[in-house]
Amino acid sequence: MAKQYETVIGLEVHVELATKTKIFCGCSTAFGGAPNTHTCPVCTGMPGSLPVLNKQVVEYAAAVGLATNCEITKHCKFDRKNYFYPDNPQNYQISQLYLPICRNGHVDIELADGTTKSVRIHEIHMEEDAGKLIHDDWEDVSYVDFNRSGVPLIEIVSEPDMRSAEEVIAYLEKLRLIIQYLGASDCKLQEGSMRADVNLSVREVGSSEFGTRTETKNLNSFSAIARAIEAERDRQIDLIESGEPVIQETRRWDDNKAYSYAMRSKEDAQDYRYFPDPDLVPLNISDEWLDEIRSRQPEFKTEKMKRYSEEFGIPEYDINIITDSKKLADIFEATTALCNQPKKVSNWILGETMRILKEKEMEPEDITFSPENLAKLIKLVEAGTINGSVAKDIFAVIFDEDVDPESYVKEKGLAQVSDEGELRAVVEKVIADNPQSVADYRNGKDKAIGFLVGQTMKAMKGKANPGLVNKILKELL
Amino acid sequence: MGLLDLTAAELAGQIKAGKTTAVEAMEAVIANIDSKEKELNCYVTFDREAALSAAREAQKKIEAGELDGPLAGVPVAIKDNMCTKDVLTTCSSKILGNFVPQFSSDAVERIKAAGAVMIGKTNMDEFAMGSTTETSAYGATKNPWNTQHVPGGSSGGSAAAVAAGECFCALGSDTGGSIRQPASYCGVVGMKPTYGTVSRYGLIAYGSSLDQIGPLCKDVTDCAVIMEVMAGHDPKDSTSVERKDTDFTSALVNDVTGMRIGIPRDYFGDGLDPQVKKAVLDAAEVLRSKGAVVEEFDLSLVEYAIPAYYTIAAAEASSNLERFDGVKYGYRAKDYEGLHSMYKKTRSEGFGAEVKRRIMLGSFVLSSGYYDAYYLKALRVKAMIKKAFDEAFSKYDVILGPVAPTTAPELGSSLADPIKMYLGDIYTISVNLAGLPGMSVPCGKDENGLPIGVQLIGDCFNEKKLIQTAYTYEQARGKFE
Repeated sequence: MAKQYETVIGLEVHVELATKTKIFCGCSTAFGGAPNTHTCPVCTGMPGSLPVLNKQVVEYAAAVGLATNCEITKHCKFDRKNYFYPDNPQNYQISQLYLPICRNGHVDIELADGTTKSVRIHEIHMEEDAGKLIHDDWEDVSYVDFNRSGVPLIEIVSEPDMRSAEEVIAYLEKLRLIIQYLGASDCKLQEGSMRADVNLSVREVGSSEFGTRTETKNLNSFSAIARAIEAERDRQIDLIESGEPVIQETRRWDDNKAYSYAMRSKEDAQDYRYFPDPDLVPLNISDEWLDEIRSRQPEFKTEKMKRYSEEFGIPEYDINIITDSKKLADIFEATTALCNQPKKVSNWILGETMRILKEKEMEPEDITFSPENLAKLIKLVEAGTINGSVAKDIFAVIFDEDVDPESYVKEKGLAQVSDEGELRAVVEKVIADNPQSVADYRNGKDKAIGFLVGQTMKAMKGKANPGLVNKILKELL
Repeated sequence: MGLLDLTAAELAGQIKAGKTTAVEAMEAVIANIDSKEKELNCYVTFDREAALSAAREAQKKIEAGELDGPLAGVPVAIKDNMCTKDVLTTCSSKILGNFVPQFSSDAVERIKAAGAVMIGKTNMDEFAMGSTTETSAYGATKNPWNTQHVPGGSSGGSAAAVAAGECFCALGSDTGGSIRQPASYCGVVGMKPTYGTVSRYGLIAYGSSLDQIGPLCKDVTDCAVIMEVMAGHDPKDSTSVERKDTDFTSALVNDVTGMRIGIPRDYFGDGLDPQVKKAVLDAAEVLRSKGAVVEEFDLSLVEYAIPAYYTIAAAEASSNLERFDGVKYGYRAKDYEGLHSMYKKTRSEGFGAEVKRRIMLGSFVLSSGYYDAYYLKALRVKAMIKKAFDEAFSKYDVILGPVAPTTAPELGSSLADPIKMYLGDIYTISVNLAGLPGMSVPCGKDENGLPIGVQLIGDCFNEKKLIQTAYTYEQARGKFE
C-alpha cells in the first residue's frame, strides 16, 4: 500500500501598512510617484541621517496583534538586519528579531466542512520595506527607486499549523479581513500590499517529526498560492518516494509555468548579524497607550453579522457577503443610514455592484462611488422618478464616475414618463404598427403583449413607466 | 595683543562692540593658516574665498542688527564627519572623497544660527577610528607644540587648529575619547557632553550609542558658550534628550568650596607616565586649595572597559559603514565585474587599514554563534561600568584623573601596534560607555614641552559641575602657554 503523506504549512505574511508617511521619516507612502520623488536623506541612507519611528506603525501593528489574540511586547526593540543589496540603501534593514511587538496569538478559521480550526501566530514584527531595482536590459544597467524604501510593513509569522491549501487560504482570508476591518492595510495581493511566503514540508501520516521544509516566494494571488502548495507538496513527495533528500531552500514560484525553482539553499544563507539598532530607543508601550488602541478596535465580522441580523433584518446570505469586505460593509451601513432601505441597499450591493466588480475584475476595496449617490438613486426609484432599468444604467455611471443621480437624471432627461395621454398616443402607434402581434395576442398568445411593451419602451427610450404601459395596452387591446 | 590671542567669546564681544569685524578675524585666521597649514595639515577642506565671503555676509548682518548670537562673526572649524550642506564632507576617507551632503548637521546649524562662520572642515582619523589623526586618507595632522608628534585623535585636526590659531574654536566628536585626548595632547579645552545632549543628526556615525559632538576651544568659557549653543532637543535624533539645564555659562563660577572630587586609584596604576601623573595630581591639589574635598577611591572594572568598548564600537561601526558601497554616493572602484565585485573592490580600495580592521572585528562579534559571547557580554560590561560610576557619583560630584597615559607620541609610533594604541584610550572610553560628560583641561607640560590635560568626569547631565570645577581651576592656573 502506498504511503500516506501529510502536508505541514506555516506562513510568513508581509502586510504593507496604510500609514500616510514612512516608518522612519516623513516621506509619503503613496503609490505611483516618479522614481525617487518620495524620498529624503533618511530613506535613501544618506550619511548622518537618523531614523525616527512613526507611532502610527506601532498602533497598527499592536491593533493587528490584539485582533489576532497576541500578547503585546510592552518593551520592544528594533534590530538591524545586515545584508548588502542595492535596493537597501543602508545595507541593513531595520526590523525586529529579539523583541517583536506581538507574540503567541491565534486566529480561528472556518473550513468548508463546517469545522473550525485555530492557527497559531508565532509573532508579528514591524519592519521597513526596501526600494525597487529597475533593470534596463538595453543599456545593461540597473537603476534604483527608493520610493518604497521605508514603507512600513508588518510580518505575521504563523506556526506550522496548516495542512492544506484550503486551510492556508482560509487563514489568509481571515487575516486580510481582520486587517482591512482595522484599516491597517488594503491587503491587495496583486499589488503586493499583502505578500505570503509558504513554508512547506511533508511527512508520513502519523509521524510526529517535521520533514525538511522549503520556503516558496512570489505568490501573487490566492489561486497561485493554492497551485504552488499542490506543486510543492507533489515535488517533495516525489523526492521522498525516489529516495532523494528534500533540500532546505528558498524557491521562487512561476505561476505561468506552474513551476518553482530554487533561489538559494540553507548552505548559502547569509548571516544577518542582527543587533539592536542604536539609533532607535527601545519602545515602551504603556498600558494607557494599549488601552487607547484597544478602545479604537472596530467591530469585526462576527459582531457585525449579529448586529445586521438584529438591526436590519436582511437575510443571512446577504449579511455574510456584505460583511466579508470592510468596504462593502461600510457602503452598506452608510447608504442604509441615508435611505433607510436596508434590503434595497443590500440588493444593489449583491446585484449590480458585485456584477460590475466581477466584470471589471476589481476588488470591493477598489470601489470609489459614494453612499450618498447610491442612496439618492434608491430614493429616485422609490419615488417613481426613474424606472428600474434606467436605474441600472445610471448606477453603472455612478460606479465609474460617482455622479449625482438627481442632476444626472435632469441633465439627461431620464425621468420616467407617467403622463397617460403621452403614453396612450405612443401605445396607439405601436398597436397600429404591429398588427401581427396584436392579432397573436387577441388569439390568446399572452406573450405577445411583452413584445408590444418592449416596442413602447423602445419608442420612449426606456423612460416609460412600465406599469402604466401595460395597463394602457390591455385597455386598448 | 593680536586678534588671534582672543578667545571666541572675547572676539564675539569685540565684534559686537565694533572694535573689530568678522572679516578682520577671518583674514587673521587665513593669514595664520597660510603660514602654518602646510606643516600642520589641520584641514581637509579649506576654501578661503568661501570663508571670506561667509565672514563678509556675517559682518553685514551684524551691522544690520540681524545677527547678534554669542558666536556672531567668530571663525569656527568643523570636524569632517559632520555633514555641511554643499561642502565636501569626507570623514577623512577615500570612500567619501567626493561626497557633498544635501543638508547640514543639527550642531552645525545651531552654531551657524549663533553667528559662527565656518572656515573649513578639519582632518581626523578615518571615520573617527584612531587616536592620532594618522589614519586619515589625506595625510596626518601634526601637533602644533612639536610637529614631530601627533595631535591625538580622532579630532586631531580640530584640536591642532585651535592650538595653532587656525580657528577660534572647533567642533569635534567623541566616541571613546576623540575630543578629550587630542585636547589634552594639544593643550586646549575639550568637552564630551552627556550622551543625547547634542543632536547626532548629520554626524556620520561611527559607534552610534557612544558618539557625541562637543567643542574644542581655548578656554573653559568658550566651552560653556559653545555647549550652550549646541545643546538642545532635536526631534530628528531619537536618542536626543530634552533637558532644561543647558544654560552652561551660568556655571562659570570661580568657586569649588565643598565640591566633592574623587580620584580613582585605578587610573593611576601601571602604564601612566609619571610626569602626567604629577601634573594631574597637582591640578587636584589646586582644587583642594580652592576648597574642594578631594579623596581617592576605587572605581573598579577599569580593565574591562577597553575590550567592551572595542566590541560595541566595532559592532556598530561594521553596520554603520555598510552604506558606503559605491552604489549611491562616494567612491566606486573602476574595474569590476558584477555587483559583488563592485562592492568588494569599492570597499577594499575606499577604506583604510584601521577602518577595515574594525569592520572585520565588528562583523565577527555580531556573527551568529559569537553574538552572545562577545556583543551581549560587552553590553553587560557596559551596564556594570555604568553602575560603578553611579556608585561613585553617589559620593562625588566630579571624578578627576588623567586623560591619557602619556603625552602626544611621536608620529608613526602608534599605528604599528594597534593594541598599544587601543590601550591608550583606557581613561576616556568608560565615560562613553556610561554616557557621561567628560572634559579635558590643560594642566601642565612634560619635559619636552608637550601639553598634559586633566580629565574631569561628571554624572549624566552634570556638565555644569564640570564647567564650574574647570573654570575655577583655570582661574587659579592662569593662562596656559
